[in-house]
Amino acid sequence: MMRKLAFGFLMLASVWLAFYLSDGVALGEETSDVAEGTTSVMSVNRALNPLRSALAKKIRENLPSEIHGFVEARGGVRLKDNKTISRTATIGESRLQLETSWSLLGAQAKLKSDFYYDAVQEMAKGDLREANIAFSPLEFLDLKIGRQTLTWGTGDMLFINDLFPKDWNSFFLGRDDEYLKAPSDAIKASFFLNYFDLDAVYTPQFDPDRYITGRRISYWSDALGRSAGEDDHLDAALPDRWFRDDEIALRLYKNISGWEPALYYYNGYWKSPGGMNPYTGSATFPRLSVYGASLRGNVLKGIGNIEAGYYESKDDRRGKDPMIRNSEIRLLVGYEQEIAKDLTGAIQYYVEYMADYDDYRRTLPEGIHAKDEDRHVVTLRLTKLMMNQNLRLSLFAYYSPTDADVYIRPKVRYKFSDRWEGEIGGNIFIGKEEHTFFGQFEENSNIYASVRFNF
Amino acid sequence: MFCAAMIWFAAAMGAAQDVSAKPEEKTLSVDEIVKKANHVSYYQGKDGRANVDMTITFGQGGTQSRGMTILRLNEDEKDEAQKYYVYFDKPADHRNMAFMVWKHVTKDDDRWLYLPALDLVKRIAASDKRTSFVGSDYLYEDVSGRSLAEDTHTLESTDDKYYVVKNDPKDPKSVEFSSYKVWIDKATFLPMKAEYLDKNGKLYRTMEVLETGTFDGFATAVKSKISNLATGGNTVMTFSNVKYNIGLPGDIFTERYLRRAPQKWLKGN
Repeated sequence: MMRKLAFGFLMLASVWLAFYLSDGVALGEETSDVAEGTTSVMSVNRALNPLRSALAKKIRENLPSEIHGFVEARGGVRLKDNKTISRTATIGESRLQLETSWSLLGAQAKLKSDFYYDAVQEMAKGDLREANIAFSPLEFLDLKIGRQTLTWGTGDMLFINDLFPKDWNSFFLGRDDEYLKAPSDAIKASFFLNYFDLDAVYTPQFDPDRYITGRRISYWSDALGRSAGEDDHLDAALPDRWFRDDEIALRLYKNISGWEPALYYYNGYWKSPGGMNPYTGSATFPRLSVYGASLRGNVLKGIGNIEAGYYESKDDRRGKDPMIRNSEIRLLVGYEQEIAKDLTGAIQYYVEYMADYDDYRRTLPEGIHAKDEDRHVVTLRLTKLMMNQNLRLSLFAYYSPTDADVYIRPKVRYKFSDRWEGEIGGNIFIGKEEHTFFGQFEENSNIYASVRFNF
Repeated sequence: MFCAAMIWFAAAMGAAQDVSAKPEEKTLSVDEIVKKANHVSYYQGKDGRANVDMTITFGQGGTQSRGMTILRLNEDEKDEAQKYYVYFDKPADHRNMAFMVWKHVTKDDDRWLYLPALDLVKRIAASDKRTSFVGSDYLYEDVSGRSLAEDTHTLESTDDKYYVVKNDPKDPKSVEFSSYKVWIDKATFLPMKAEYLDKNGKLYRTMEVLETGTFDGFATAVKSKISNLATGGNTVMTFSNVKYNIGLPGDIFTERYLRRAPQKWLKGN
């Protein structure tokens, strides 16, 4: 209880501070007209104004930059009964995000953090999203050091060569798209050379995905042979030794008159558990290397992209260990085009091909559902803008003909003003079987709504 | 001696494009007039920077604002290829987003959008250029120019202030108007007013320049307004900190600076 109160107070105080520090915050300006000649509270308010502005000025002078962010309330419910998770609510959050940045001696520092009260787990939480410094020590070199969000590759909600951490819980529970990416604690060095550009990212301690554990979202457990939920949450052994359990990601790229070819390399671990320790039963993150390439450019009347990657499962190179995920070849092809005024459509075709499939089948223990040798997925995206782009209707759907399952993400977003916006959406999983990639989440299908105030 | 005279003549011709130019109505064909107007509107100097503020007023009431810094670089001397970099600071949900366009005349533009929250460089499908720019009454074509080859131009009348040019689309199906008329200032060649007729010949859209200024020797529309008579809405666009020939390097218009905003060039020297 005390924690809740303290947290509420902290949130209010931060919002108040943010309003006063951010320059020309409209809330103050907008309400000033309304305040004219109204209640005595307002006049006290006005009398305090010089004092407050002096205080704000003082603080502002000492702070190198403005503070921005948002306050948001978001709630969602399950559409089906879940056998292993008792709560109907899938999400219930009051969230505050604060962000600031400043320049110092030619470097840019950035700080961004979320504070939220999670009503589903009845906990106040913090999530430091960014804390980094960026600078150019040499004309051809950019460095970014610290906590940061990282993205590359050409897929749309499908990732082959982007091995930076994802937050699958946020994605499936209906948080804003921004939360699909979890931050990395890394050093990014970008070299801009004559013939190509090179990004090198070093993560000294493995940053896994925020993977599905059963706590909020139930999943199919091969070990249990059934759906696993809040009572059997995933226990994983994380490689966490600094500078030993590390990750390296490289991207070599170039823009040749609008065509964007790239080569990729990754050395680290499967980002979500890719194996199991047969003795302890805990999930593991086996070693992984990825070699890939992509190309993107204008094709016909739209954008075309192609991307491929070879996932080398280094702890099971031959595919003989049934407890470790086999190596894979992944490929995707995509195309996006405006199909009518303010209506954009995009399709992708994606395939995951398991190497050494015969060995996988031969060594697979009795009673475990065998995966197919290849998994095919087709995605469709439709985005329609209306009412001066204030209303955005969007649909993203995954369909796998081989798994016979579907994942649909419809979303409606409306911008009421420069500051207020609202969103309603859903995460609908349908599958023929309980153990397929999207099918396992069927009982986690949910709808959600949110209101956000930006400042 | 002859060479020197030629150089002087060429220089004088160059100067004829800036504000001090005297009207030369008798000698100019309609193609020359629209070419100059196009140049003055979108291609002055080798490059330029401006802060742009938009106030969008909706027909049913209510307003919204947009704020951005625009960097522009001409890629040739023919008034064709250009590169644009747009950095948003308003409203809050657009803040720190960057939009980059490589404008081509003979093929579709290349467009990229950088979403800082995801660190995502998204490629944007080239759209119908007559769609709204950031939800305002300005269309992409109003911001970066409409190719002169898309319309046939007729000089309808000339008075002591304006050339009045009527423009008919060569491919009427590609646009929502049937024709539009532009009032071009005879001294500066700035288009000061435009009127668009819909497919039934009814006036439905107007552009007017509310304020002009001269920066680094170039006449510029500082404040303009586009009204949509069909919806009752309008957008007022105001330029500030306008500067030409700032010496923008070409590599500003690359992925490097999409991911890391070029503060030095955005803020100005």
